[in-house]
Parts: sequence; structure tokens; C-alpha cells
Amino acid sequence: MRKIFLLVLTTLVLCSLVSPAVAKKPYFFPYVNPYEATVMEVPAVYEAELPETVPTEVFRIHPFPERETPDVFWYDSGLECSLVYQEEEAPLIFIIAGTGARYNSPKMVNLQKAFYQAGYHVLSISSPTYSNFIINASQTMLPGRLDDDAVDIYRVMKDAMDEVKSKIKVTDYSLTGYSLGGIQAAYVSLLDETEKVFNFKKVLLINPPASLYNSVSRLDSLMENNIPGGIDNLNKWYQDLVESISSLYQEMGYFDLSGDFIYKAYKRHPPREDFLAALVGVSFAMSSANMMFTADVMRGGGYITPKNVEMSNSTSLERFGMVGLRTRFTDYFHEYFFPYFHDKDPTLTEPQLIDELTLKHIEKYLRSAKKIGLLHNQDDIIMAPGEVDYLHKVFGDRAQIYPTGGHCGNMNHPDVVRFIVNFFDGQEG
Amino acid sequence: MTESIRVKMLLLVTILGILLLSGCSTLPKQTADTQPPMRQYDDIVHHSTDVAAISDPLEGFNRGVYRFNYYFDKYIFLPIVSAYTFVMPDYAEDRVSNFIDNIYEFNNFTNNLLQLKFKQTGITLARFVINTTVGIVGLWDPATSMHLRRQPEDFGQTLGHYGVGNGPYLVLPILGPSNLRDTAGLAVDMVAFNTVAKELETDWMKDNNVRMIFSAVTAVDKRKRQPFRYYRTGSPFEYELVRMLYTSQRKIVIEK
Repeated sequence: MRKIFLLVLTTLVLCSLVSPAVAKKPYFFPYVNPYEATVMEVPAVYEAELPETVPTEVFRIHPFPERETPDVFWYDSGLECSLVYQEEEAPLIFIIAGTGARYNSPKMVNLQKAFYQAGYHVLSISSPTYSNFIINASQTMLPGRLDDDAVDIYRVMKDAMDEVKSKIKVTDYSLTGYSLGGIQAAYVSLLDETEKVFNFKKVLLINPPASLYNSVSRLDSLMENNIPGGIDNLNKWYQDLVESISSLYQEMGYFDLSGDFIYKAYKRHPPREDFLAALVGVSFAMSSANMMFTADVMRGGGYITPKNVEMSNSTSLERFGMVGLRTRFTDYFHEYFFPYFHDKDPTLTEPQLIDELTLKHIEKYLRSAKKIGLLHNQDDIIMAPGEVDYLHKVFGDRAQIYPTGGHCGNMNHPDVVRFIVNFFDGQEG
Repeated sequence: MTESIRVKMLLLVTILGILLLSGCSTLPKQTADTQPPMRQYDDIVHHSTDVAAISDPLEGFNRGVYRFNYYFDKYIFLPIVSAYTFVMPDYAEDRVSNFIDNIYEFNNFTNNLLQLKFKQTGITLARFVINTTVGIVGLWDPATSMHLRRQPEDFGQTLGHYGVGNGPYLVLPILGPSNLRDTAGLAVDMVAFNTVAKELETDWMKDNNVRMIFSAVTAVDKRKRQPFRYYRTGSPFEYELVRMLYTSQRKIVIEK
């Protein structure tokens, strides 16, 4: 029995040695803790070398030209998108940002540079949960229903192409997105199968949630469970953070936000996991508060802002922000999001809606569509136990799963960037 | 001289304009059909433990200036900055930044001294001497590579160091977020700098045109190095966020 066991073990070891990975340096990411991986900047040596600047044009589109922008969003004047362009004829890739992120968030800019370097035009779209998108480009002004979001995104893609088509020559189209943008990319790809405007050649989902409800529940609880004393102590938690930065400054003699500085500070004082988890939770809560407020105002109020009030460009919004921060995404789901769709279709139940907002809902398509690939991390903090393995099974050999990297923490790692670019070039990662 | 009076007049008129535009209330305007929201502040936020209390009694005025700064940035300041960066090679821009930093070591020096931070005062003096000589009138910054880092201090920090509180939050035209203490500090630093510059009777400081060019380039260089862009946060609560972050950042640099 023992011999057989040893034999199996040896075979396993040998197999792993002769796998294609052996030819290259094994993947190494400096943070093994998934919260560290998600939050912390990495030193420059673990970042892909990308061009410093790329030719970019920012432009605005108005998918609903009749719509009036409320005064409280006085600074808003159309949905901003960006095009990174090649002089020559080239393939174009659309990229969709993650929850609450805009077309030029740091992760988006890194993707733009990587694809530009690989010879693509890159058209970047803010997340449908981003205020500017809700105000200008969301039909229901209530983001989160994936098939509605896909229709909104698809409309934006068409309008954006109309805007830039005279400027560039495009050979074919591809699509990617990270986090919420990843799951949305899958739904957009599905829509494209019937609409056939772009006929995407390849689609890559980067760290997508498998189930929106599961992932937002996890993110909600990060803030609740990791701020000592709970949400009522948010301000104290923040003031403590300010104090720690102050003493770090004193100790190091200087302060900046570069990856190298943060890594140095990290080596001296490894932050506690609960602190990092709270940081992820708070940043998610801030994005959600922006989204809830914008959706609520655009739809006439009643949830966190009063119904039928006039808000101007000098209205103080602090109180609404405070309420938004203390409203979990799951509260929003049960109190505001579900009731809206229930009104339209009284047979719809909460469990049905929750099941609908998943990749499982379109599993058949994902299994059959060979052009769609998956990039994920085994330790992604937004995934419930078993979800990464489930996606691995669905995508089979079209899935690339890294052991570490947290939620999107390794997107700029040289190996990961190489994998992403090679995926679209049709080469082996 | 008439030129500078005209500039001041223009500034005054602008500020008055803002004041007039922003005299309105910061509360949402109720109508006959107003109904309270499902989730209300008083039910959800517990005062005893929370609310980052930043005094902002002039919020209406401040929001007006914030708006003015948004437009000023968009239509005047940033276009000038992009023209500047377009015309100037990066290499030259860095020399300008170093040159300006070196001149304003004066304020770092006086304020470190006033706070009795002798080590930092010494470093600042050493930096000035090294950068002015080896670094050729401050165009280069060899001191930093000798591990003599810049020790930024201003009179607002000095006041804070001796226990002066923030005072009400203020948004200054063009200059952006501040508070009563830091605005006073800014004025004192400016007066001190100008007085000494005049005392020194350096030829270039006597020349009004040169002084104006220097101030203008300083402003453009400062904006260029400040990565903040209005509403890039995408948050409807950006005013509140900036207020909170400015206040925390000042607390950090005062306590450091």
C-alpha cells in the first residue's frame, strides 16, 4: 500500500515537473496573504514593464441625449470614454472597469498600456456602477442587473465606435473586463452573439465574481467584521489610521505612496489582516455609496435622499454620504433593487434574482463559447468557498488560475500581463 | 504697478462674484410633495460615536469657490499647464521645479527653526548650500541623493505645532482647500519671503516683470506637480472627501 502511495506521489511530482510551466521561472508574487495581495502596491520589480505614456483621446458620448442632468451633478457633461489608438490598422479591444471604477483608473491604465504595447487600439469604458455611467448611459439608472447592464454597455460601445471610427482602422474586436467588469464582459459577449455588431474574436474574464450576491455579501461583511466595534466606530478607525500614517512618516523621515515605499513600510510593520480587510470593505462601501446616491437621485429619490426635493450645486451632501456608507449593498439589494424589478414582474422572487446574477445562469454558453477565457486567483477574497473551482471546471483548459494574487492584486505582474496579451494573440500562456 | 493693481481688482471682483453667487443655503430645497427617504440620517448615524467633525460654517461660500476652481482649472489653469509641458522639454521642467524648490527652502528653513527642529533646520540649510553651489543655483538637487531629504514646513504647520487649531475650513480661490490657520500661515510665509527678497535687493527681485514671471511660473509648476483633477474621483461626495483628506493630511504633516 505504501509503495503504491509513493509511486503515485512520485508520478505526481514528475508530472508537475514536466508541465509546460517548468520551462519558465515559476510564478512568484510577494504577498501570500490575499488581503495584502489585494490592497498593497508591489515593488517595481514585480510589475510589468509598460510604456510610460500612450496616445490617448478622451471623448464624451450621450446615449440618452434627451435626459436632463440634475443640478447636483453640475460637473457632469456626458459619459467619458477613452481611446488609446494605433496609427496603423489594428485589432481593437474594449475593456470594462471594475465596481465603481472609471475608464482611467490605475488598473485600467495598466491594461491600456499592455494592450497598446501588444498592438491594439483600446477603448475603455467606466463601470456601469460608476456615477458618470449611471447619469448618462444607464437605461434604468439602477445598475446591477447583468442583462440590462450588458445592453447599456453594448449601446455605449456602438456610440463610442461611431465617435472614433473616422480616426482609426480596425481589423477585429475583442473584449475584456476585470472584477464586476469581468462578469459583465461575459453577458456582453452573450448579447453580441445575437446582435452581431462586433463578433468578438476573444473575450477574457479577469477575476469575475461567480455570483454577484455572494461577492457583495462578502465585501459588505469585510467592513462590519473588521472595524473594531463595528460601523459606528468608522470615524475612530479612520482617525487611528491617520495617526499611524503620522507615526510612520516620523519613523521613516518621509512619506509617499509608491510601491517601493509601501513595501518598505510593510517590511517594518506588517499590517494586521483585519485592518487590510476593513480597508477593502471601506473602499467598497464608498463606491457603493456613490452608486446608491446617484441611482437614487436620478430616479427621483426616496431611498437615501428625500423624494421631491431640489438639490443644487451648493447642497451639502455629507449626511447622504454618511447614510450611504452605512447602507450595505445587500440592504440596497433587498430594499431598493429587488422591489423595483418585483414591481415590473410580480412573479420574480429574491432567490430567483440572486440566481440570475451569476455566471452559472449562462453556464451553457460559457461552456460552449470557446473564445471566452478566464483568469482568476485561487485566493480571491470576493469568492465564496468552491466558486473558483467551479469556474475552473466550467472553463476547463480555457482557465488560468494563479495560486496567489488576491482580488485583482496581480493584474500588473509580468507573468499575468504576458498571459493576458498572449491569450488575445491566440498563443499559449 | 498699475498692472498689479488691475490684477488685484480683478481678483476682488471675482471673489465678490463668487460670494454673491454662493449666498444660498446648503440644505436641499423642500417642496410641497417632499417625502422623507426610507433610510434617514437620524436613524442610521449615531452621533455619539461618529461624524468626522470638521468645522465648515462657510460651506455655501466654500462650495461656490470649489465650483469656481473647477471651472478655472478646466478653462484656464490646466490649458496653461498643458501648453507649458508641451513647449518645455521634461528635462527643463525638472530644472524649473528644482530651482523653485530651492528658493522656497527659505520658508522650510524659517519654519523648521521656529519649531526648534534643529536637525531639520540644519538639513535644510545644507540642502540650500549644496544645491545652490554644486547644483548650480538650484537647477539640480544633488542634496537628495546625499540622503538630505527635503524638510517641508510652512507657517500653518508651525502654528499647528504650537497648538493652534484648524479653525473653519476654507476653500481658497485658485489655491484650493485650506482652513483659517493655514490661510493665515500662507499669508505670513508670503510676507516673510517678499520682505527678505526685497531686503536682499537682488537685481531680479527688484524687477517687477521678473517677479511676475517668477510668480506665474511658480503657480504653473505647482499645478503641474499636483496630480489632483476635479471630479476624477467620480464621487458625488468629492467636496466632502477633499475636505476630510485635506484636514487629515495637515494633521499628519503637523504631527510628524
